[in-house]
Amino acid sequence: MKRAVVLRFPGTNCEFDTDYALEKLGFSVDIVWHKEEKLPECDLVVVPGGFSYGDYLRSGSIARFAPIMKAVTEFANRGGYVLGICNGFQILTEAGLLPGALKRNNSLHFISKFQHIKIVNSDNKFLQNCKVGDILNIPVAHADGNYYIDDEGLAKLKENNQILIRYCDENGDRVVLNGSVESIGGVCNESKNVFGLMPHPERAIELALGSIDGIKMLEGLRT
Amino acid sequence: MKAVVNVFLKEGVLDPQGKAARHALGSLGFNGVKEVRIGKQIVINLDATSKADALKEVEQMSETLLANTVIEDYTIEIVE
Repeated sequence: MKRAVVLRFPGTNCEFDTDYALEKLGFSVDIVWHKEEKLPECDLVVVPGGFSYGDYLRSGSIARFAPIMKAVTEFANRGGYVLGICNGFQILTEAGLLPGALKRNNSLHFISKFQHIKIVNSDNKFLQNCKVGDILNIPVAHADGNYYIDDEGLAKLKENNQILIRYCDENGDRVVLNGSVESIGGVCNESKNVFGLMPHPERAIELALGSIDGIKMLEGLRT
Repeated sequence: MKAVVNVFLKEGVLDPQGKAARHALGSLGFNGVKEVRIGKQIVINLDATSKADALKEVEQMSETLLANTVIEDYTIEIVE
């Protein structure tokens, strides 16, 4: 069985949903406390959502210096798969494992709702079972999801197929959700083994919860 | 020694809070306001033997933690 590690910081609140979703995808899961210095043997590390350190200073800015993050960085640099969801995305950008940064939503409101997203690139492990252009319905819940990258960085992302999802309407037309540059909702690193996104696929895994698109989205992790 | 670090979003990076405050000022009748930028002020008390040492250390703090230089600029003032 494949093994996943889900990190937990003070203020993390999505670790159990993430655990549940990963078990559905066939993983055995260890939840690992941020003070640990070593990662257990695993195929995937997930940095889940929440409000690590109360979002003090900047979302993710303090968590990224937690002892476990050194091990996560080494794991990623060795090619290990790392997925950051919401606060996890913020932590990974703060850690420099992903390009860009996440600012306060342009509306200044906390946005919590189902949101359509479009798969922009799927030539990576995480989204390999999706097709480019697929439209999924996945919840978002964030105050700091306004993705920023400068023009030079944006050009690089495009050139290397690193923009993985964009916010859209049900027909797939781009929408402005939170002010993100080009409605970007998720990006990966250059070597495509680190993926961060604001939407919460782990919250769209049971029909009773309104959508199973989260499972559809991350199905590629099974293999 | 005391250091004051001011952190602001870079020029050219839209500041949603500043923009909201500018609109609010406009609706209060302050019509001459062209732009508002909202930042953070971080005041640090530290042990350092000289101003130069303090500055060097606070620069490191700013680069590593206090500012995210992807989107933010900072200034440092050593006060005493």
